[in-house]
Amino acid sequence: MLWPRLARALLAKPLTDPAVAAPAETVAALAERLAATARARLGRSLAIREVDSGSCNGCELEVNALQNVAYDLERFGLRFVASPKHADVLLVTGPACRNMAEAMERALACTPEPRWVVAAGDCAVDGGVFKASYATHGGVGAVLPVDLLIPGCPPSPAQLLEGLLALLEAEAEPRKK
Amino acid sequence: MSAVSLIRAGAPQGARPFERHLLGPEAWSRLPQALAADPSLALLALWAEPGMVHAAFLDEAAGAPLLASVPAEGGRYAALSPARPGAIRFERMIRDLWGLVAEGAVDLRPWLDHGRWPVMGPMSASPAPMPGAEPPQPAFLPAEGEGIHQIPVGPIHAGVIEPGHFRFHIQGEVVVRLEARLGYKHKGTLSLMLGKSPRAAAAFAARLSGDSTVAHGWAFAAAAEAALGLAVPPRAVALRALMAELERIHNHLNDWGFVCNDAAFAFPHARCGLLREGVLRACQAAFGHRLMMDRVLPGGVATDLAPDGAAAILAALAAVEAEVPALMRIYESHASLQDRVVGTGFLDPAHAQAFAAGGFVGRASGRRFDARFMPGYAPYDLLAPPVAVEAGGDVDARVRVRVAELRNSVMLARRLLAELPEGATMAPLPEGGGEGTALIEGFRGECLAWMRLDDGGLIRGVFLRDPSWLQWPLLEAAIEGNIVADFPLCNKSFNCSYSGVDL
Repeated sequence: MLWPRLARALLAKPLTDPAVAAPAETVAALAERLAATARARLGRSLAIREVDSGSCNGCELEVNALQNVAYDLERFGLRFVASPKHADVLLVTGPACRNMAEAMERALACTPEPRWVVAAGDCAVDGGVFKASYATHGGVGAVLPVDLLIPGCPPSPAQLLEGLLALLEAEAEPRKK
Repeated sequence: MSAVSLIRAGAPQGARPFERHLLGPEAWSRLPQALAADPSLALLALWAEPGMVHAAFLDEAAGAPLLASVPAEGGRYAALSPARPGAIRFERMIRDLWGLVAEGAVDLRPWLDHGRWPVMGPMSASPAPMPGAEPPQPAFLPAEGEGIHQIPVGPIHAGVIEPGHFRFHIQGEVVVRLEARLGYKHKGTLSLMLGKSPRAAAAFAARLSGDSTVAHGWAFAAAAEAALGLAVPPRAVALRALMAELERIHNHLNDWGFVCNDAAFAFPHARCGLLREGVLRACQAAFGHRLMMDRVLPGGVATDLAPDGAAAILAALAAVEAEVPALMRIYESHASLQDRVVGTGFLDPAHAQAFAAGGFVGRASGRRFDARFMPGYAPYDLLAPPVAVEAGGDVDARVRVRVAELRNSVMLARRLLAELPEGATMAPLPEGGGEGTALIEGFRGECLAWMRLDDGGLIRGVFLRDPSWLQWPLLEAAIEGNIVADFPLCNKSFNCSYSGVDL
């Protein structure tokens, strides 16, 4: 039966892990990139559009895991959206495959400014093991203007969360001064 | 002459453990007709080297793979697709990568080559520069009838999934025809492996499809070990199987949850996600990586089980085992969920047979094929767990096969841990060359790896075949006649790999 389980879950302590802290130097570097007007418009919540530019799907597994109850991404005001038109962040995984380059550019063109582009995973950072291939341009930076790199193969949900929280913290920066 | 004897009449090439026979173009050209007359010889893969085409079959009567090759004289060879529909996409891939044309092929449209690489035939002996024209628009198979319209989807999809294009032809709410256009993730993986040692190239096998990193890594390592005649230490064999079963468990949990979620039933998704997270953390504790990537290497395994690894794995398995029966009862007792999964996305057993589908896709349509038992490999020859088979062919049948496998895998992982042999976990690779093939059952189905090493021990030819090659076309068949809104459900119940087939 489902209902007794749901009732028990209401009374049990949360399954969600405590929040990780965003690295201060990353936050400072990101804050510098962000104009004051953009800061005001982005606020304390970010809509993320995940774009796979050619990953092995390992990164997708970990990005998906961010949404499970242990990490519960939405408690931070971070959520995945279905269209780049609704997004503040393009979270790109995989090397920049030549067969995906046009789709990547179109996704960027659909994403309203101000926006962040995050390259997540070793392949997205610089092409990883695929950088020497005829079929890739190298890292995501070869096709899109990247603001934040999250290395790892694949980056763990905790590492991804750290990077995404740094974006949020960067937007909050001036208020702390 | 039967197809098997036609192949066996070709000169043996000394490939291990499954022999490869070299046929002349004349003998090969008689193969399609012989195959059409003999449905028990399943086509597993078709690939090439410069000037040479290779095929891997499974002789289902003998339970053993069989390899055949033909020189592509003048860049041409006789197509197998008229007799084996599974050959269609391989033939398109061979033309795109090696520039070899299948004569009499069912379909010769480009597949991986979207006209965006700097070269044509990048793996042929002499790749030609790509003409600088605009990339061509893809041509899709037509559908005719009153009121038919098209829905183009992708390459970027709405969810956090891999990119690919789906072209639906729709009449009202009903899908008349679906055609997938893939290749967006082509990374040139095979070409990057050439000229490297098996040890150096293992990273590419581990990244063919990240969700099957253990299975592909194992298949690649086993092919290298077969080529070199290397016996792997028993402890490494057991640890590989343990990792493979953990990989099966975390993927089956993930997809079961997602199937329920795609039917808007969130509770199993949340619980499966938590159980899976527990398994991944146990993998991190035991092997130092959540997905166990780069842990299987030619010669053995990269890391031994951590001292507290066994306890972490057993705790995660206990949580899975404790909750799966309750989740299954919830899955079965909610009419709103059952209404979505029962009868949806029916895959005809005849189609599964024609494409030689492996994995839960084949086994949910009555095809009793699991590489762990046919051809079989260590340590499963000693473990002999049951094979879960369902006849329903729908989304529900695929879920049931996976939940049954989930339980079997928990049992297998426990036994592997309990009986873990002592000793070394890595054997040095001997000098020399050779040719080897391996079939390893990943969570999706059998992962095939083939490689040819030169006398210096470097890779001269290689092919990695994800089971999705034979499952993607079946998704197109299974969705026919279903409503558009059920596509995500059907798609997730297959969960084919994009990266695995895009190479």
